[in-house]
Amino acid sequence: MSQFFTYAILTATVASALGLAAPFLLAALGETMGQRSGVINLGVDGIMLLSAFSTYYTALKTGNLLFAILVGMGTGALMGVITAFISVTLKAEQGISGIGVYLFGLGFSDLMFIKLVGTPLPINSLNPINIPLLDRIPAVGGMLFKQTILVYVAFLLVPVVTFVLNRTTFGMKIRAAGENPAAADSVGVNVARIRWSTVLIGCTLAGLAGAALLLYDGIFQENLTQSEGFIAVALVYFGAWRPTGVMGGSVLYGLAIAVVLEWKSLGIIPLSASDLAATAPAVITILALLTVARRFRQPAALGKPYERGG
Amino acid sequence: MSRVSAAAADAWKDRRRFLLSWFALPFSLIAALLLGAVMMLALGANPITGYNALIVGAFDGSYALGSTAVKAAPLLLVAVGICVAFRANVFNIGGEGQLAMGGLASSATALALPSLPSIELIPLVLLAGAAGGAVWGAIPGAFKAYFNVNEILSTIMLNLVAVQIMNWLLAGPMVDNTQNSTYGLIPETRLLPRTSWLPILIPNTQLHLGVLIAVIVAVGVWVLLYRTSFGFRIQAVGLSRDASKYAGMPVKRTMTLAMTISGAMCGLAGALLVFGSISHRMVTDGSLTGFTGSDGFNGIVVALFGALNPLWTILSAFLFGGLLVGGDALQVATGVPADMVTALEGLVVVFVVSLEYMRRRSRATSAGPLGRSRAQATELEAPATSLVTSEERSDL
Repeated sequence: MSQFFTYAILTATVASALGLAAPFLLAALGETMGQRSGVINLGVDGIMLLSAFSTYYTALKTGNLLFAILVGMGTGALMGVITAFISVTLKAEQGISGIGVYLFGLGFSDLMFIKLVGTPLPINSLNPINIPLLDRIPAVGGMLFKQTILVYVAFLLVPVVTFVLNRTTFGMKIRAAGENPAAADSVGVNVARIRWSTVLIGCTLAGLAGAALLLYDGIFQENLTQSEGFIAVALVYFGAWRPTGVMGGSVLYGLAIAVVLEWKSLGIIPLSASDLAATAPAVITILALLTVARRFRQPAALGKPYERGG
Repeated sequence: MSRVSAAAADAWKDRRRFLLSWFALPFSLIAALLLGAVMMLALGANPITGYNALIVGAFDGSYALGSTAVKAAPLLLVAVGICVAFRANVFNIGGEGQLAMGGLASSATALALPSLPSIELIPLVLLAGAAGGAVWGAIPGAFKAYFNVNEILSTIMLNLVAVQIMNWLLAGPMVDNTQNSTYGLIPETRLLPRTSWLPILIPNTQLHLGVLIAVIVAVGVWVLLYRTSFGFRIQAVGLSRDASKYAGMPVKRTMTLAMTISGAMCGLAGALLVFGSISHRMVTDGSLTGFTGSDGFNGIVVALFGALNPLWTILSAFLFGGLLVGGDALQVATGVPADMVTALEGLVVVFVVSLEYMRRRSRATSAGPLGRSRAQATELEAPATSLVTSEERSDL
């Protein structure tokens, strides 16, 4: 146990936890936007898979990582158009249509991968960017300020989303659409347009999350996400629909994964029990859903399509 | 509007309602298959060759039909379980984990009792499988009923727990110690006792007893849902928790039980996957999909396409079993990966739920109080999906 509490290992564990948390955080922040406006998107995992593949393919062909990330976001946005059309315009049952999008993403991403790439080749990974001065702070610098650009973006989006939701007219309309769409409609808020825009933003962020995950792993494989998109949806509940809460959940989840990995490689957890230890993040999330998270009220119109006069 | 044209408009609305309720499902499949053809064209393959290979691979000859039925059996059980849960307004997307727990419980039982004769061992392992899945379904069911924890999230989390338990058991306590491998042990069980294998019903095919069991169970669940008071309670709870509570029904217990049954069906399906497999071992490649072949999710598609009715689901399972089996033949013939079938399944789901809204709306706009009551009367009989409407799924 004592070898875990050394300066170098603690720093490395926290640093990798933040890297692991970034895809969760990006996807969950996007999902938060959608859910606050009343739309559940369960297709996040499928969208992440599709954008991870398109990011991978672009990076493989062009070698330009920044362009690849943009392509990944574009893929997310395109899926956002489809998701919004299904959930908002066609008013489909959101839980089930999300599973449809997930299955499509799962199948289609692997289809394209086998057909277009075949043998997996690693791509360049993003270089960490050291923030000048801050990275020299003892301990904290190594943990927080030697990350890749996507990690910074993910965490900087937390205050941005908080501000948008709580301090802007757009945010007020989002919350109104999620709490009482009929009332919002009666004062002239275009509920469908608000929900379209939050779903588009959410799916674009899911696309960015897929890109972040891909660049963290550096290679694509079948079902790369391993349900990370679904976990991101759970983290929205975990965080009680507040960006800061979502961030807390994502970091906790990333930390749980990183600590288990580190303890496994240090031999603190015997190899025979490492699989059981790997259940820790999921068990923690279930316990959180059972205790803390259910004390918070969800947006009243969550999952309900809005129909005028309905 | 003149009387004649109003009558014509009514007739058109009637016809459209009829079309939507009876053809929404076939239309969804055809639309998905057409998009699949576009995908094949885009990938430089001939869709006619592809679909021809798929159909031949799935349905041509007794061997192909047997393979399709064997693929369909676990799908059917999962889908029937989804139907039960959905009728109680609980959405079980934990099929993957429940399949794994069922497979583990049944394998452990067979390994512990190798000396029993088939006539005792087979029922025992199937029951053990159902029990394993039932536990994994009861947990999110009870969490939902008593603590109002969203079941979609808890089942997903329990899937993640199940995969690790599976990996741990198959690499540790349940691993085959007799392997002589220099590269470490493969995470798999010993060869399961021959007496526990599901007997082949038709020689020279893979068609085993499990297929028959799955169909019998599906019919049994239909009887349970539509001909017993317990089934009535499940449906009542699904339609309105408040009204059921007011009528004195044990709402929370019913929801938990519905989810338990749903899990038991998946667990039984997991047992079929193990004891109807060719290797007759339970193996893991580290992922749930490696064991389940995504049947926990495919079952959702099957259930939706079977209009959430266990009897229609039998047909639907056979159809999708055929698609999944034929997918491999399609890959061989055209080089388009069999994953296309998964993508097409996703499209089917999307189309079915999108058409559901149009169906609902065409019902709502049907003329006059008479028209509306007729529409409501037909709603119970129409085979198309009568998904629980969103208003009622308040906590999704």
